[in-house]
Amino acid sequence: MKKILVCIKRVVDYNVRVRVKPDESGVMLDGLKMSVNPFDEIALEEALRIKERGTNAEVVAVSIGVADTQQQLRTALAMGADRAILVQTDQPIEPLTAAQTILAVVRKENPDLVLLGKQAIDDDANQTGQMLAALWDRPQATYASKLELDGAKATVTREVDAGLETIEVDLPAVVSVDLRLNEPRYVKLPDIMKAKKKPLDVVSLESLGVAPAVWLKAVKTQPPAQRQKGVMVKDVAELVDALKKKGLI
Amino acid sequence: MSKILILGEHDGKTLNPSTHKCVTCAKAIAGAEITVLVLGADTAAVAAQAASIHGVHHVLRVDRPENAHPLAATFAPQIAALAPAYTHVFGPSTSFGKDLTPRVAALLGVPQVSDLMAVEGAHRFRRPIYAGNAIVTVEADAARILVATVRVASFEAAAATGGSAAVASRTLDVVLPTHTRYVGSRSGSTDRPDLQTAARVVSGGRALASAENFKLLYDLADKIGAAVGASRAAVDAGYAPNEMQVGQTGKIISPEVYIAFGISGAIQHLTGIKDARTIVAVNKDPEAPIFEVADLGLVGDLFQVVPEISRILGA
Ligand SMILES: Cc1cc2nc3c(=O)[nH]c(=O)nc-3n(C[C@H](O)[C@H](O)[C@H](O)COP(=O)(O)OP(=O)(O)OC[C@H]3O[C@@H](n4cnc5c(N)ncnc54)[C@H](O)[C@@H]3O)c2cc1C
Ligand SMILES: Nc1ncnc2c1ncn2[C@@H]1O[C@H](COP(=O)(O)O)[C@@H](O)[C@H]1O
Repeated sequence: MKKILVCIKRVVDYNVRVRVKPDESGVMLDGLKMSVNPFDEIALEEALRIKERGTNAEVVAVSIGVADTQQQLRTALAMGADRAILVQTDQPIEPLTAAQTILAVVRKENPDLVLLGKQAIDDDANQTGQMLAALWDRPQATYASKLELDGAKATVTREVDAGLETIEVDLPAVVSVDLRLNEPRYVKLPDIMKAKKKPLDVVSLESLGVAPAVWLKAVKTQPPAQRQKGVMVKDVAELVDALKKKGLI
Repeated sequence: MSKILILGEHDGKTLNPSTHKCVTCAKAIAGAEITVLVLGADTAAVAAQAASIHGVHHVLRVDRPENAHPLAATFAPQIAALAPAYTHVFGPSTSFGKDLTPRVAALLGVPQVSDLMAVEGAHRFRRPIYAGNAIVTVEADAARILVATVRVASFEAAAATGGSAAVASRTLDVVLPTHTRYVGSRSGSTDRPDLQTAARVVSGGRALASAENFKLLYDLADKIGAAVGASRAAVDAGYAPNEMQVGQTGKIISPEVYIAFGISGAIQHLTGIKDARTIVAVNKDPEAPIFEVADLGLVGDLFQVVPEISRILGA
């Protein structure tokens, strides 16, 4: 294991509740706290653990996004990534374009493993890893909750609807991570200082030969249907009664 | 006219209800001609089940030993070989579909629309973003094959009977990769109803405090014929297995009634239960956010409430 590429997406922090714009043209993002997509932190943590387990693999963080995405890449560097690449663009990036862009980086970097999140919590698309694996013609192991490396292959336990599934993949491979793979470390102040000196390359989509396409047109964005506020019951007897009346138990 | 290929999900014996839900979504597209595709080692039984779903016109079987387990790496090239004869490819938003369809889309060089929750036209759909805090209406290019996953909680299952589709077997001249191999699986299968299709769900959070205590919920569930769910906090703590997690990153469900015990109501959890007909919350904190969405709320200690419900309902 010489090199691991980790994808880092800048997203609205998971604690923030987004609201839609009154004119339905999108969601209000101005001034919201932005963070590393939580799944991507887990992907990075896993890469760092593989490195620290003695493989000494180089960990490269990659992101596609606006100039301010440097903040999230600095966070990744502070966590322990060796260097970072920002593919800078102001365009909205759909998963297919993201996958094409990451593939272009993969072609340059030749990693043994690409780790990314199972989904970005803004668009909840859950596509990029699978698309990258298809375009790269390599294995995919999605929703990983356990990852074991053994020479030229990896054994991955995946969280699936029925429980857990284990597959074996040849490297290089794409692994998308689920929540229970690990618990990401906290960044310490000295690491933030050190991260400032680590290399962060900024490149353009054009330099990678990727033309961002808007594949899907967002016609309008609306708030979800609100549920009616319900009633509070005073005790268990009243609760069971209410449920029986509705024919629910 | 829309020709829709649905990726049938099954375990070799039984067609998963997610397939029936995809059929309902496809039927919402006016004049759609619906084909269900089943890949497997021996799909005779599941193909027959697919053929009898109300509204299905054709069933395609692709049987080969490599298809014994649904690996995206081997399924996707076969589906991509069939897809050009269709205008749409739909998979369910289950772990099977979510893993597979983006790989198909990328092989076809087309985008994917994830989690269709409503159909507004053959190429116009509504889908949730930001954990369901916003709903976006998207329009896709009608000139391309539209690949999508169907949010199963948003659609009723099409009737399992009433259809009489013709079943055709296909052999595909596709070289399959060997770089991805199935090793095994562990499923905590129980006699309880399946969480994703159950009419009643009893669910527990961090407050349960141990795997042992979850037995309280299993007992209640068995009394009322319910499935059992859990919050992420409960799963992370090891009180419940991962397949019980409900929410943005777990299962999105739409039961008739969802009864939450000791769950605070984080947005990531609520995303998973918004489509429940009736939400019941029991929490000892009157300020818990779950009460904002609950149809029936009771402030109380679950360790008293659950046994008391069981007692009132009798042995
Ligand atoms: C990217 C991401 C994805 C996530 N995805 C999911 C997901 O899919 N599903 C999910 O559930 N969470 C998810 N979460 C986690 C979510 O944010 C919450 O942390 C989690 O839902 C909290 O679980 P809880 O309600 O069981 O625990 P807590 O928030 O700790 O709530 C426990 C509740 O129990 C009550 N309580 C305590 N004792 C008792 C008692 N004796 N009787 C009655 N009530 C009692 C308390 O008042 C409290 O309200 C996700 C988080 C992130 C960052
Ligand atoms: N613009 C991006 N920059 C970097 N990584 C991305 C980007 N978009 C998606 N990814 C990666 O792909 C994963 C899945 O995203 P998605 O398919 O959008 O749900 C994310 O968790 C990231 O790891």
